[in-house]
Amino acid sequence: MTRNDAPDDMLATVRKPVAHDSARLHVQGGATYVDDIREPAGTLHLAPGLSTVARGKILSVDLSAVRAAPGVVAVLAAADIPGKNDVAPAFADDPLFAEHEVIFHGQVIFAVVAQTRDAARRAATLARVEIEPVEPAVTIDAAIARGVTVLPDYDFGRGDASAALAAASNRLSGRFEIGGQEHFYLEGQVALAIPGEAGDLLVHSSTQDPTEVQHVVARVLGCPDSHVTVETRRMGGGFGGKESQANQTAALAALAARVTGRPCKLRLDRDDDFMITGKRHEFRADWSVGYDADGLVSAYDVQLDARCGCSADLSTGVVDRAMFHAANAYYLPDVAVRSRRLRTDTVSNTAFRGFGGPQGMLAMERVMDAIAHATGRDPLDVRKANLYAPGRDLTPYGMKVEETDTLPALIERLEQTSDYRARRAAIAAHNAGQPLIRRGIALTPVQFGISFTLVHMNQAGALVHVYQDGSIHLNHGGTEMGQGLFVKVAQVVAEEFGVPLDWVRITATNTAKVPNTSPTAASSGSDLNGMAARIAAGAIRGRMAQVAADMWGIAPDGVTFREGRVFGGNESISFRDLARRARESRVQLSEAGFYKTPRLDWDRAKKTGRPFLYFAYGAACSEVAVDTLTGEMRVTRVDILHDVGRSLNPAIDIGQIEGGFVQGMGWLTTEELVYDDKGRLRTHAPSTYKIPVASDVPDDFRVDLFDNVNREDTIYRSKAVGEPPLMHGISVFCAIVDALHGLAPDRQTPLDAPATPERILFAVQALKS
Amino acid sequence: MTLDVDTSRRPGPDGPIVRSAIRFRFRGRDVEVSAFAPRTTLLDWLRIEQGAVGAKEGCGEGDCGACTVMLVRRNGGDVSYAPVNACILLLGQIDGAELVTIEDLATGDALHPVQEAMVATHGSQCGFCTPGIVMSLAALHETAPEPPARAAIRDQLAGNLCRCTGYKPIVEAAVQAGVRGAQPSRWTGLADAPRRDLLVGDDAQFFAAPADMDSLAAFYLAHPDATLLAGGTDVGLWITKGLKDLRKIIWLGHVAGLADIADGAASLRLGAGVDLARAMPHLGAIHPDLGEVMRRFGSAQVRASGTVGGNLANGSPIGDLAPCLIALGATLELRRGAQTRTLPLEDFFLDYRKQDRQAGEFVVAVTIPKLGARDRFCAFKVSKRLDEDISAVLAAFKFEVVDQRIGAARMAYGGMAGVPARARSAEGFIIGARLDDEKTWRGGLTALGLDFTPLSDQRASAAYRSLVARNLLLKALMEMRGAPLQDTRIAPPREAVS
Repeated sequence: MTRNDAPDDMLATVRKPVAHDSARLHVQGGATYVDDIREPAGTLHLAPGLSTVARGKILSVDLSAVRAAPGVVAVLAAADIPGKNDVAPAFADDPLFAEHEVIFHGQVIFAVVAQTRDAARRAATLARVEIEPVEPAVTIDAAIARGVTVLPDYDFGRGDASAALAAASNRLSGRFEIGGQEHFYLEGQVALAIPGEAGDLLVHSSTQDPTEVQHVVARVLGCPDSHVTVETRRMGGGFGGKESQANQTAALAALAARVTGRPCKLRLDRDDDFMITGKRHEFRADWSVGYDADGLVSAYDVQLDARCGCSADLSTGVVDRAMFHAANAYYLPDVAVRSRRLRTDTVSNTAFRGFGGPQGMLAMERVMDAIAHATGRDPLDVRKANLYAPGRDLTPYGMKVEETDTLPALIERLEQTSDYRARRAAIAAHNAGQPLIRRGIALTPVQFGISFTLVHMNQAGALVHVYQDGSIHLNHGGTEMGQGLFVKVAQVVAEEFGVPLDWVRITATNTAKVPNTSPTAASSGSDLNGMAARIAAGAIRGRMAQVAADMWGIAPDGVTFREGRVFGGNESISFRDLARRARESRVQLSEAGFYKTPRLDWDRAKKTGRPFLYFAYGAACSEVAVDTLTGEMRVTRVDILHDVGRSLNPAIDIGQIEGGFVQGMGWLTTEELVYDDKGRLRTHAPSTYKIPVASDVPDDFRVDLFDNVNREDTIYRSKAVGEPPLMHGISVFCAIVDALHGLAPDRQTPLDAPATPERILFAVQALKS
Repeated sequence: MTLDVDTSRRPGPDGPIVRSAIRFRFRGRDVEVSAFAPRTTLLDWLRIEQGAVGAKEGCGEGDCGACTVMLVRRNGGDVSYAPVNACILLLGQIDGAELVTIEDLATGDALHPVQEAMVATHGSQCGFCTPGIVMSLAALHETAPEPPARAAIRDQLAGNLCRCTGYKPIVEAAVQAGVRGAQPSRWTGLADAPRRDLLVGDDAQFFAAPADMDSLAAFYLAHPDATLLAGGTDVGLWITKGLKDLRKIIWLGHVAGLADIADGAASLRLGAGVDLARAMPHLGAIHPDLGEVMRRFGSAQVRASGTVGGNLANGSPIGDLAPCLIALGATLELRRGAQTRTLPLEDFFLDYRKQDRQAGEFVVAVTIPKLGARDRFCAFKVSKRLDEDISAVLAAFKFEVVDQRIGAARMAYGGMAGVPARARSAEGFIIGARLDDEKTWRGGLTALGLDFTPLSDQRASAAYRSLVARNLLLKALMEMRGAPLQDTRIAPPREAVS
């Protein structure tokens, strides 16, 4: 048995519910975010100047009044860029500054650099920009009519879906619209750029991808990557919104620092942040399903149309992931999954927790409900009948699902603990009287593929030092956005050295310490960085063990590390003394660890191979009450059972599950992005864009971890947890559908997402008519 | 005593008659600040001037609560502990208070009970909202007489957005932290709260706080171009979002008598300066629905700062108080110089954001008749999110019912027009209707379509507003007929369920 498979009681730090490393700082306001860093003397502040038109040709830009405004030091536009006017992550289609044309409302045209942030913001309002507007394409329909995409169409599937549909004994089809979502990280985009000697630049950035910020800053400044160091201690939330979207803010601050020679900071105003940065993709699913009398699916065809906005950004991966999750947890014998990446004249949509997966999955769950309603079976029974099973275990993209036993067992358990059947009967009785307040319940599963689907991104590095006093410096390429990555990796390192957790000093992510990293995304943070850190710590421990073994004349594999001491034979030495001894023996106490995920070989062009190392599983059961006179809705009880393998830290994991669920619930209920016909986002602040508050979360909210072990050799057999729980929010949407369905049992429930009071009430009206 | 710019430095027997510096208690010391731009926000003062970066800016509009700090004020023998949004509170508004920020809570290594509990329950993830959440809960910890119920905790947190945790561990932390109870508070406010006019600045640029009504009347008449500032929950956004360069600000927070409450048998008179938190129990006593509208009004932070007069005087078409009070038949009292006048509240709202208020005139009070024995009342707030959201539609109904027959009727709506307004046609049709005969309701229900042509915006479409307006009248009639609230309400008023 390797240490990776050790039972919990043999582990001192890993699998323990220890607090977030910054918890005591958080509660005292002592945790430093970028805007809290004490500004170097002479720091200047930026404010961006935004397009007030969605699409058009820039005729003239008169910035003279801006330059003349009090406190203004410089005004920057495209002509001031020494390198490339490009902050895009992949396809060179996101300019730092709009130059000849604007492609969305809120696009940055110029930036003011002033003595104070207030002066910069006020000066920015004085610009006179003339734009010849063009009628913008705002909606999915407008984009389809215009026929312009940001990336080529893509599809995969198996068998002949059309023939199988034609042959099916029962068929249903429908269209389902799925809204986008604003990240609403509490800390908005922010960066502080501090110039050094000879063109060096240090950028403090609130980013999930410091390496990407480094590339982009170097590209904009026209300098080598080696001149730019990016540091990220923590973010006040990311959720995917700081994967590529931190680039522009950092590049603006960096350019200002280069031009003025002074430290420069940009912290976006919240309304600007809403307008400038991308969101979760809005989708439309046009689906057809064939099934038998029991609801067993024989064929599925889905067209996923994504509203990508004005550029490609990460839409390759986002829409691919929607396609990968179009089956959710169900076997679809003959299947076609097709997609279009539509271009609209709106802000470019981007990564958001789940990365397209939630949209593909939600469409499938709507289909399961539709089948249940058409067959008259309980939706849970239809779902259970269609789950992957031995012999029915191939995904639409050809990967074999090896762990087919987990989800049925998990659902079975949740069905019991949530008392699903009895509650469904009670709800049916309640609704039978056609009450004004209807109730609904749904139990929905999640099967989420873990790994970046772009294979080369599945790599990570870590840097570990042991100092002579036995204290340990930990650094890795992962970033901390609140998800508890840093404490999890520190637990792994403390376990490796057998020392108390507080001997491991967690340090800020820094491109000068660990280079060429991948973004902290795709739920991969602890899988990748935990492994890299353990490899680094393990190498040092091995060398220290050799020092002890030599000292005691025993074999190094007889040396153990625990409780801050090192043992071998009848001897022991403190970890600290051994560190000093190693140094004196000229043994290296520093190591860079590197890890790459095994088994991945997805080939997008050939549509073959394995995109995921494993799947994370879970299921949620939600109950709701709906007011049929107003469309208002309340969630009254939620039960979640979730599979994190063997948890690295159950407290952190439960926090991810609870928070992910609530975020997913918000996406599908109160969070509504409203664009007007001119392409202007009308919901650009928390006054108009409504994320859940405390009272939206029911008192009766039960969350448990499913007893499981990752069959893949992941860090301490844990499973990734960042994204999958978000999709438990789907249970709320399906519960609302369940509540309404009884109004017209023979019809599909016409409800699109998000289920705002307005959409719910109109669905009620439609079903009653 | 009259506040007058020309005499602002005039010495009196006990020093200058007019104070020229704000005074407050901060970090255990009494502090005076005399030079500041009138529109300086408290959050900018803390973060930029003081380098106290514990309070965060999440939105700059008082909606997310990351900037929450606590203001401790003495009012006679009472001490109040109010959570406020520092991002839209102006620095001048802390005059006379003790300012408590997140940096003040721990003593050495010993965390405040709320902080301790937040660590124990894993109540922080990214940590950015955490200082504000801790301050909101610290205020609750100070004031709650007994361990608060979860519902009360959630109310306290309505103005604190957290995007990471899902709130469950935070609510749990508030339960665990308990209350201060009989222990003496560490924060007792500023001794000898000032009762003299305040004027910081000069003729061109000032932050003024008159100490009494006469002084306010005279000063405002002399400076009709000044901005009247009550709680700042709207004016603050003119600065942080509208980037208005407000140079002349008259703050109403110290005007003697302006925050008086007279709760009599027949009517309730609320001074314009009464904050919404203080008004809440008095309004709730008139009818539980009114209490529920107030519970859902903004957030604890907004209710602690925002005032009755401010909510009415800014003339928002979706202000929640106006339609409720119009339905109840409230009258508004205004003053300009020495002249006072009263008018029915509905007549105050002339057009979108245009009120019947002349230059130099200000709202003094609103008087709300209490419900008679025959009066039935219902109020409903419908919004995208239940708590801390601006209404799509707010409806309030007062019907006089005798033997199941509706006699007099007052129906008022917010969100249905450019101003909060009565549904006069529908009122005409509903008079004479019988609660026990649904057929007689139809005229009123249909006539609502004549009363309003609502707009579509990001909160709701015109069609939804019209349909909900009608359905709320239907719901009111069903309830007045006797339908139990648990059958008609998705979230019954707190008092009705407890």
